[in-house]
Amino acid sequence: MSDVVTAPPLTLPDRLSSIDEPVKSIRTPAAVRYTYSPGQAPSEFLYKVAQKQLTGRKCPQCTKVYIPPRETCPTCGVTTLPDIIDLPDVGTVTSFCVVNVQFYGQAMEVPYVGALILIDGSDIPLMHLLQEVDVETVHMGMRVEAVWVDEGDMGPTLESIKYFRPNGEPDADWNSYKDNV
Amino acid sequence: MRDVAIIAFAQTKHRRSYEGTSEVEFLAPVLQEVQAKAGLEKKDIDFVCSGSSDYLAGQAFSFVVTLDAYGPWPPITESHVDMDGAWALYEAWVKMQTGKIDTALIYAYGKSSPGSIRRVLTRQLEPYYTQPLWPDSVALAALQARVGLDAGTWTEEQMAEVAATSRRNAKGNPFAQVVDDAEPATLLSKDYFVDPLRVHDCPPITDGAAAVIMVAGDKAKELTDRPAWIRGIDHRIDPAALGVRDLTVSPSAQLAAEKAGVADGNVDVAELHAPFTHQEIILRNALGLGDGVDVNPSGGALAANPVMTAGLIRFGELADRISRGEADRGVAHATSGACLQQNLVAVLEGE
Amino acid sequence: MAEVEVLRAPLVVEYPFTRTTGPVIGAFFTALREGFIVGIRGSDGRVIVPPFEYDPQTSEPLTEIVEVADEGEIVSWAWSGEPLEGQPLDHPFGWALIKLDGADTGFLHVVDGPKEQLRTGVRVKARWAAEREGSINDIEAFEVIA
Repeated sequence: MSDVVTAPPLTLPDRLSSIDEPVKSIRTPAAVRYTYSPGQAPSEFLYKVAQKQLTGRKCPQCTKVYIPPRETCPTCGVTTLPDIIDLPDVGTVTSFCVVNVQFYGQAMEVPYVGALILIDGSDIPLMHLLQEVDVETVHMGMRVEAVWVDEGDMGPTLESIKYFRPNGEPDADWNSYKDNV
Repeated sequence: MRDVAIIAFAQTKHRRSYEGTSEVEFLAPVLQEVQAKAGLEKKDIDFVCSGSSDYLAGQAFSFVVTLDAYGPWPPITESHVDMDGAWALYEAWVKMQTGKIDTALIYAYGKSSPGSIRRVLTRQLEPYYTQPLWPDSVALAALQARVGLDAGTWTEEQMAEVAATSRRNAKGNPFAQVVDDAEPATLLSKDYFVDPLRVHDCPPITDGAAAVIMVAGDKAKELTDRPAWIRGIDHRIDPAALGVRDLTVSPSAQLAAEKAGVADGNVDVAELHAPFTHQEIILRNALGLGDGVDVNPSGGALAANPVMTAGLIRFGELADRISRGEADRGVAHATSGACLQQNLVAVLEGE
Repeated sequence: MAEVEVLRAPLVVEYPFTRTTGPVIGAFFTALREGFIVGIRGSDGRVIVPPFEYDPQTSEPLTEIVEVADEGEIVSWAWSGEPLEGQPLDHPFGWALIKLDGADTGFLHVVDGPKEQLRTGVRVKARWAAEREGSINDIEAFEVIA
């Protein structure tokens, strides 16, 4: 306790020292605005999502398939991934998290599950929601399928998928996803 | 002190906007190019250090996403500064002095096009008294320019000369953005933008990226005929509050120049990171550069100002000139903060 | 592969920060709320406005809060013809560093009035907001006085 450094006391003009409730904090809200653009490859991906089709891009060097795709391979640094691969909307849960804490602005009811889902044919898990499932039963290896929004609500956004839910298949073999955990 | 040299440099063609292209997309080719120029591959690079700004990108940890441009697998030793890449270079230089690494790839990038760069830069200001007024980067530079005009330290004509020279020099720089033959008189005939600054006194809004490779010791000589050796490097900072500073001088640039040993020899070329015309005059004075010094042959930040990158580019441009034999000894400078608050100065020399 | 039109979307990064002030900065904002301005005496005796906890040259902790006037002279100015979001005024205005009477350093704020009136050396006075809460915007702007 004796090592705690405290500021030396101030001498104040009378006009200030007579004030009972000094200001102790100030509000400084700030908003900075941008027009965000994700680039060609993510845009193509999202347009396809609006047509209810998931896609990935394949690296010509390491042959990994990335979803969502970018123009470069994050493993090799190869700068063009020209091969676009159609992917199913089915995959394996490689990891998950049960959220029990309510926070300001949260739209979901707790508890809910966020999961990493390895879409069949891809090499990198996609993050999304798991619903229509008892949170106690969620586990790695669980097979899940996408539930899409109504036709009229589809758009170039991953929110076109409402959530994923178990599809009833037996658990995926550990070897099929052990490189992606 | 361990000898460290810059042996390769690459940059994008700097543009008003790379809209539609992500940072990863426009940076990746630069990283490929600089490694090819150095004759090094990922496995030869001991350390990667980058400079960029999350506030510029509008995303926390944006620099982590951008690492995709390098392809960080197998796992790499990496660091980042939310500052101009010149400070990433400084970090790599320090790490080399410890002997822990021998090679480093330093890169930097910035896209000003998605947002309002003038508003984004207010986020670096003192938060209680200053930020809530949102005094933009041009307004603050304008206040600094006025002090010098009133004191006779510079004139609007001298400021226009700086701009005209930068744009003319940029004709020799295929990567520059603002390039022309405008005469000072023509520039001076334009209306004020933020009085006393006209548009030509201000940096362009730029999207761009750059990278350098630094190597320690004899390995530099194996990789290139004429490495650009860093003979001295130092950085200093002035108070944040504008009102307590004499805005016509730069004590931090002067001190950094002394510590870096600028005056220990002849200066052929100086690449000064002066985003505003009057600031080039302040820096010339602070660094003691006489008329014989070729200042900003690349065009400087007035010809292309990819924020977070323009300082690193000064190092690359100087290093390239040294390695081509166009200069023997020069000064590279980078700045950060409002009105030249923080300054990094280095002396580079060929053998 | 055919190029698609790249998607664009507005992105806002916003945060509601409330910053605690400590006693020195708090003293300044308390004074503003009450309608006056204070600075702090530096190591060399000069009065620094707005006040900082440590001397910018010597780094010594500073302790003597000093009242200064709410008027003084312009030591530098610039003209903003097109205000940006968040700035204090939404019509063209001047930025200024103002040396308030009793202070030795420039205080950054805005001047409301015609550009023709702005000159280094001109005297200005604070126009106080009707309702004040302890914020730099308790001063709406400075105005040129005869």
